[in-house]
Amino acid sequence: MAEAFEVLTLQGGYNTTVVVLGTAMLGLAAGVVGVFALLRKRSLMADALSHAALPGVAGAFLAASALDMTGRTLPVLLIGATVTGVLGVLSIQWLVRATRLREDAAIGIVLSVFFGAGIVLLSYIQKNAPEGAAGLSHFIYGQTAAMSAADAKLMAVLATLSVVAAGLLLKEFTLVCFNDTFAAVDGWPVSLIDLLMMALVVVVTVAGLQAVGLIMVVAMLIIPPVAARFWTDRAAVLIALSGAIGALSGYLGASASAVLPDAPAGSVIVLTAGTIFAISSLAAPKRGVIASTYRHLNLRLRIAGDHVLEKAFAHKAQDGGQLGAPELAAVARHQGWPAWFAVVIRWSLRGRGLARANKGGGVEVLASGLARGATVRRNHRLWEQYLVSYADIAPSHVDWSVDQVEHVLSEPLITELESLLRARGIAVPGAAVDGASA
Amino acid sequence: MGLSIDLDLFPLIAALLAAISCGLLGNFLVLRRLSLMGDAISHSVLPGLVIAFVLTASRSPLAMFTGALAAGVSTVLLVELVKRLGRVEPGAAMGVVFSVLFALGVLLLEVSDTSGVDLDAECVLHGQLETLVWYGAPQTWGELWQQGSLSAVPQQVWTLLLMLVLAAGFVGAMFKELRIAAFDPALSTTLGFSATGLHLALMVFVAGATVASFEAVGSILVIAMLICPAATARLLTDRLASQLIVSVLVAIASCVLGYIAASAVPAWFGLDSVNAAGSMAVMAGAVLTLAVFASPRHGVIARRWRLHAMGRSIARDDLLASLYRAAEAMTELPPRAHDSVRGSLVREGLIDDATDSLTAAGKAEAQRVIRRHRLWESYLADQVGLAPDHVHETAERLEHLRLAPTGEPPTDPHGKPIPPEPPA
Repeated sequence: MAEAFEVLTLQGGYNTTVVVLGTAMLGLAAGVVGVFALLRKRSLMADALSHAALPGVAGAFLAASALDMTGRTLPVLLIGATVTGVLGVLSIQWLVRATRLREDAAIGIVLSVFFGAGIVLLSYIQKNAPEGAAGLSHFIYGQTAAMSAADAKLMAVLATLSVVAAGLLLKEFTLVCFNDTFAAVDGWPVSLIDLLMMALVVVVTVAGLQAVGLIMVVAMLIIPPVAARFWTDRAAVLIALSGAIGALSGYLGASASAVLPDAPAGSVIVLTAGTIFAISSLAAPKRGVIASTYRHLNLRLRIAGDHVLEKAFAHKAQDGGQLGAPELAAVARHQGWPAWFAVVIRWSLRGRGLARANKGGGVEVLASGLARGATVRRNHRLWEQYLVSYADIAPSHVDWSVDQVEHVLSEPLITELESLLRARGIAVPGAAVDGASA
Repeated sequence: MGLSIDLDLFPLIAALLAAISCGLLGNFLVLRRLSLMGDAISHSVLPGLVIAFVLTASRSPLAMFTGALAAGVSTVLLVELVKRLGRVEPGAAMGVVFSVLFALGVLLLEVSDTSGVDLDAECVLHGQLETLVWYGAPQTWGELWQQGSLSAVPQQVWTLLLMLVLAAGFVGAMFKELRIAAFDPALSTTLGFSATGLHLALMVFVAGATVASFEAVGSILVIAMLICPAATARLLTDRLASQLIVSVLVAIASCVLGYIAASAVPAWFGLDSVNAAGSMAVMAGAVLTLAVFASPRHGVIARRWRLHAMGRSIARDDLLASLYRAAEAMTELPPRAHDSVRGSLVREGLIDDATDSLTAAGKAEAQRVIRRHRLWESYLADQVGLAPDHVHETAERLEHLRLAPTGEPPTDPHGKPIPPEPPA
């Protein structure tokens, strides 16, 4: 516990601190940049890009060795990675433009063919210049725990660059992400802005590759933006959140792997990001699964309850809001509900104070419930009338769609419907207080 | 050629079997825009393998296969789940799922004590084709037939053969249903073949093929063979049945060429062989590139050529028509540069070079163009209801179609006579 605290407060020794800060910085950079990839629907482009960088790394190593340079000088390898990575991205765009192949196929083709070429070159290096091969395979699997101070500084520079670029060009980036056609019509240099966004992705990917490996770069570019997307619908907030989630994943993940024996830092960081994604997807207030399931169930219950109330209102004259078990069963049969659902509805109607249980195993609908039933009936007829007179639907065909809509008509819409019908001189269904008129 | 039975026979057979199964199944992935599912599955089988190993404490093929298959199927389900419940875009959903599962696999691998066995991420990605050596194999192909025994065939080859039979059986038996589901999922569902069910069945087979293949040939070849042959075939044909056949042929060609390039070619230069799976992926890419350029219908070259030919034919029509109009109005055309279109018309004897006017044959040809133009003009004015001063631009395009509206109006909306169809 004490050790975990030390690591988290950056007192866990020089090397650990470097790794924790470096991965947090990479997480920040990738999180910010990844948003643009996500919004441009290019999340897997980053995957292809990082795979396509491999032959460049191996090729640059071979070229450098042939020229008698020390093959493992990092800048040379990074240049090689950038060259083939960009070549891969351009090939994808060209394949999509020039052939009938779709983007997913193009990405898969580039990814597998370039990576295949990289593996061929790597196996050649392994057999003919084995001393270099170990360093190169870090580009695939990464070596997060051995991140050097120079790497960490590079990550800090990248993070600053991404944040500054996103801050300065927020308007332009958002515009191109959401409506590039409009941006072009409005006179913005769309291809240049697009290129700039892609360039940021390339720089972060290539620099991240050698520090943390292929899969982790891809994960850090994809997961934080998707997780952040659950929480907000605003681009600026999305970028900030995604950067924060990326940084947090790097910080927590690297710290955790420093404390846990045997846990490879890269994996722990990805899993941390994955956990944040899982939490976001479940718990986010608007788009989260829990919230939307709750809303969905609520609506379903309300609609089902409306059907019961409407029925009670229709029978008010005979039995004053009393619905026995057979009547309830009839509604359930008509709507196709299973038996247990009818029980849930009774319970929900009681909970909402619209009805109470009666002796016959049914419900006694109270005044408030009958009023709701009246409204539903009136909405039904209003909408039906509208469909017949304005949407030119045959009277025998309206009922089905009306059943869906009657529950969700809002006040302003009802007022509008009434005035539309009056404008054509069509009788607006009355406020229908007496059930006999139904 | 330098291929030998002991070193090369089984690796090549294994790669071919894997490539054909993947190539067949890949057709439906490419059509349903799910090409990257293979990529996702092949990354996320790792945790399944590790868990199966930890649970059974053995590397028995059955345990490995079950674990990996379970992981593959859960990948598919998880991607669907993330896509539907989270309303996440498909590419991003795949990215999230496979990277997290792969990370989980790596973590499990490190934490559990699997270091003793040969199970690592590298083997999953690169494959170990080269290890399928047949010790004590017959030295010549002739001896192979005499003393080759089935017991020498490695278990991976049997697995792959079984997978191929299953995959081919699935595609063969469900061809009609798969075809409808690939092109029109909604129609398939209304006809009673649940598109979702077929999709899941297809995914189970993709997962199975991935798992059966990766041990021998590596996931990179699996991904390449799921996508490249099908994409190549899609560029070469417009019928699904022929696309399946072409994709299998492409898969076979890529394997054989790739194997030769990896083992035989370096040997000519006195070098060690390189990774065969990678080389096959590269060859698949090379075949695809060839198809992108040289496909007779959808290739870049063919399309350029068709565009060029159409441009020339339009330029011919326009030049002939302008000469016809000049003769009709009895004016001189302004002098214009002698380009290659005019040159070819002169050579064909449609234009008289000296007087810069139409010959008899040229006049007939031009008359056809003018006739089409004016027929279209009157059609647009009379039938479509365009104003007479708006019809020329549209007719100027339509005249190049080799068809014209019926009817014999004497003049066009501008009052110019519509010439009769000249005798052929």
